[in-house]
Amino acid sequence: MIKEMTCVACPLGCQLTVELNDKNEVLSVTGNTCKRGEQYAHDECTNPVRMLTTTIKVNGGSLPVIPVKTSAPIPKGKMFDCMKVINSEVVDAPIKMGEVLISNICDTGVDIVATNEM
Amino acid sequence: MLKYDLVVIGGGPAGMAAALKAKECGVDKILILERASSLGGILEQCIHTGFGLHHFGEELSGPEYAYRFIKQVEETDIEVKVDTMVTDILTGNIVVATNNKEGMLEIHATAIILAMGCRERPRGALDIPGSRASGIMTAGTAQKYVNIYGYMPGKKIVILGSGDIGLIMARRMTLEGAKVETVCELMPYSGGLTRNIVQCLDDMGIPLRLSCTVIKTHGIERLEGVTIADVDENRRPIPGTEQYIECDTLMLSVGLIPENELTRNAGVMIDPITNGAIVDENRQTNRPGIFACGNVLQVHDLVDYVTQESYTAGEGAAKYIKSKNKNKRTKYVSVRPEGGVRYVVPQNINCDTSEDVKLYFRVKDVYRGGKITVTSGDKVIYSKKKPKLAPGEMEYVIVKAEDIRALDKKEIIVKVEV
Amino acid sequence: MQYDVAVIGAGVCGAMVARELSKLDMKVVVLEKCNDISMGTTKANSAIVHAGFDAETDSLKAKLNVQGASLMAYYCNKLNVPYKNIGSLVVAYSWEEMQTLEALFERGFNNGVPNMQIISQEKLREMEPYISEEAIGALWAPTAGIVSPYELAIAAIENAVVNGARVKRNSGVFDIEYKNDLFFLSTASGVVKAKYIINCAGVFADQIAKMIGDTSFKIIPRKGEYYLLDKTEAKMVNHVLFKCPSSMGKGILITPTVHGNVLMGPTAIDLDFDSKLDVDTTSEGLDTVKREIRQVIPHMTTRNAITSFSGLRAHIEAEHADFIIGPSEANGKFINVAGIESPGLTAAPAIARYVGQIFREIAPDYTKKAEFIATRPAPVRVNELSAEERRKLVEKDKRYGRIVCRCEGITEGEIIDAIKAPCGARDVDGVKRRTRAGMGRCQSGFCGSKVVEILARELDLPMNQITKHGNGSKILYGKTK
Repeated sequence: MIKEMTCVACPLGCQLTVELNDKNEVLSVTGNTCKRGEQYAHDECTNPVRMLTTTIKVNGGSLPVIPVKTSAPIPKGKMFDCMKVINSEVVDAPIKMGEVLISNICDTGVDIVATNEM
Repeated sequence: MLKYDLVVIGGGPAGMAAALKAKECGVDKILILERASSLGGILEQCIHTGFGLHHFGEELSGPEYAYRFIKQVEETDIEVKVDTMVTDILTGNIVVATNNKEGMLEIHATAIILAMGCRERPRGALDIPGSRASGIMTAGTAQKYVNIYGYMPGKKIVILGSGDIGLIMARRMTLEGAKVETVCELMPYSGGLTRNIVQCLDDMGIPLRLSCTVIKTHGIERLEGVTIADVDENRRPIPGTEQYIECDTLMLSVGLIPENELTRNAGVMIDPITNGAIVDENRQTNRPGIFACGNVLQVHDLVDYVTQESYTAGEGAAKYIKSKNKNKRTKYVSVRPEGGVRYVVPQNINCDTSEDVKLYFRVKDVYRGGKITVTSGDKVIYSKKKPKLAPGEMEYVIVKAEDIRALDKKEIIVKVEV
Repeated sequence: MQYDVAVIGAGVCGAMVARELSKLDMKVVVLEKCNDISMGTTKANSAIVHAGFDAETDSLKAKLNVQGASLMAYYCNKLNVPYKNIGSLVVAYSWEEMQTLEALFERGFNNGVPNMQIISQEKLREMEPYISEEAIGALWAPTAGIVSPYELAIAAIENAVVNGARVKRNSGVFDIEYKNDLFFLSTASGVVKAKYIINCAGVFADQIAKMIGDTSFKIIPRKGEYYLLDKTEAKMVNHVLFKCPSSMGKGILITPTVHGNVLMGPTAIDLDFDSKLDVDTTSEGLDTVKREIRQVIPHMTTRNAITSFSGLRAHIEAEHADFIIGPSEANGKFINVAGIESPGLTAAPAIARYVGQIFREIAPDYTKKAEFIATRPAPVRVNELSAEERRKLVEKDKRYGRIVCRCEGITEGEIIDAIKAPCGARDVDGVKRRTRAGMGRCQSGFCGSKVVEILARELDLPMNQITKHGNGSKILYGKTK
């Protein structure tokens, strides 16, 4: 299988072509201009991860929602599952910067932490 | 009348960094005037990450980046007046402001730093014909509704312009359950960062249509749809390529304009390309003691660069405040863009500068394998090959102080050679 | 509820007529189909006080135009509405057009327009330094001016309400029945009974008249498109500048506005009878405006456009169409105020007086109210106050110290005043027309959400029930979570 992707390791934005076998293992990467591009292609094909940022509903705060992020990148495929969980939560003010609001979300081992105080 | 050594107008990332640096350089009485009810500026609604990689070496969200500076300000004796809007800067560096405590206040400042940021280009400036329906808004307005007020401004969305805020909002709205139909970009390339195109559009399966624009809006009450069309090389719609897309929201991410009404009224000269003040390497304007930094000076892609620039301005203001001879006339080397370079900041450099100078610039088009050169007359001061240059990425080169002092011709030119 | 008079339509005519009738000791109701006052032609026109040389001599248009122009200053003063008597220039580019100026002068003279003059190229250049070098002369009419049309309508309605009139918004009339000397008006908000009707329904006046069997006139919506430019362009034009009229109408004009912006337009395109809600701007229309204006002021660009918009004039389908003002042939207690296209805004004060006269003739039993309040107090405009006045005001009410709209310098206090006023603002555009919040160069990019928040708070509604301009023009959907 051939996969096309844009490398985001630097602003250059190389167009990568990745050759994969049936087991989703990378056979070759072309189009990259540096080592980081190759690494990026491997990561994206085998275990793509993303930071998730959103808001959580707040009770008794100065605003109705508070911004949050994942404490570490989570598997890309789990973003919408995590959104579901986050959107069903309500937290009480006061909230401290960096406070863990949901721990181990969707069994990722990653927490949802506040990125502001309220 | 109140008296301060330094008044900083704007309490966003630029204003806070400038004030902190000035404090660090020993300026005594500093006041920050902020029109919102708290410090932080636009970062408060930019809840995505990607801030701080250069400055802190880690990836922070907007509120986190702002928080670090807010805490630093709180630890100093820098005074802050929030909910305070500056309405005028009078001759003699008198700042006129209004707020809900003192009504109207006049403040004499030895030096002033302008850090008011920028605003989004609105629909009117785009000349899109069509209806006056609701549901047409800038991406920043939508961002505020979603991230601050917790309301959805739309369900079925078309985004015009691939600026970073538009891209970020495409992902944000999708995560909250909206359907982003497409992002249309008038130019043949995106104005946003590559990473945002990949992680905000590709990840979410949102198509980016280049050389394409919205030519009409439909709907009398709420927006019901838009007509889009491809454009030719002169950016005119191509007949026959029209396509109707049903949507309830049109978000605009078509550029940012530095907010310089106050600056103009204060008699500060404006660069017609950046729409910001013309400054020297200390970020001082043509009005002695008035400095500018951040997005009010030039629109940045990264807040990290805003912080850097604001430190420069804060240091410059501190030097000015402490100098004995404030009206000393110095000679300048003028810095000019040429060829593929659209603008350069600063536009002037003191001939006797003792420090190396970073020249920030943007290019006019996408160039692959180009060479950046800085020349003065026949002399090449700097030259470097760049694999890729794009209008969406601000670039910089460093020119050595000794090179500037050694110049015969009081002009240097920054250009791209392809 | 039974009223003596129902005024249909709260445009500038309906508003001024309602105010005039509120001088009499009777119950007046204004029925408006939109969520606010001035939502039709009144909010999208040239905002000009015409001197009165355009209309055919002896027409109602000519008579009410000249009268209206001389009454405008008085009314704007009483109602505290921005008005400036800056004068107008009709610019000629050829000897042929110079002859047209002579004809206009003569007609103006016959219509009773005072103090007109045909001026030379030199004088014209002195008055308008940026004008095209090809302009060779102009007709100067010093009685012309500029006014804020929607503020005039809003002020008149506020004053009518203070004098006892009722205003029912979102009350479009869809049927009228006449029985036992009473009109039964079926509206979107229920049935209203009234002894008399004044039909000020603008482009819909023919449809309203038809409901009582009056089919004597038909109204064509004639679209006009405009650009509104930033205040930075104000130096480019000092007076109302018209191009010479042709068979195609009065043509495109460029003028300062009372708030210091520049307005240019309109085009003139006749739409179908069923397109009376079509206020879309078009690329053809906007291109026409740009092209025409460059002939007047070559350096004028739309780079600093704040917005473009279009409005519909209520044009009567007839040759030499005149205003139709008077009792209907179908029912003498139904007074038409129809076909009020240009110079309708100028004529509005005179139309109101004229309708008052007609009404007293057909209903002589109503007497004057003893305690009619003629003035509408000036709204607080914080940015027009001195430092000392501001300080005092903020001491009294802190909300006048918080600027919400940074482009125009409008405070929270002023926005709340606009919402709390008699017949106050209920939507974002309503706040904008009353206070100018959102009228500036960022086009409410910054203050829009703040205004929604204030409206929601003051009207005690959730934010997602606040609209841009009523009905389905909502701004927000549900909460994100």
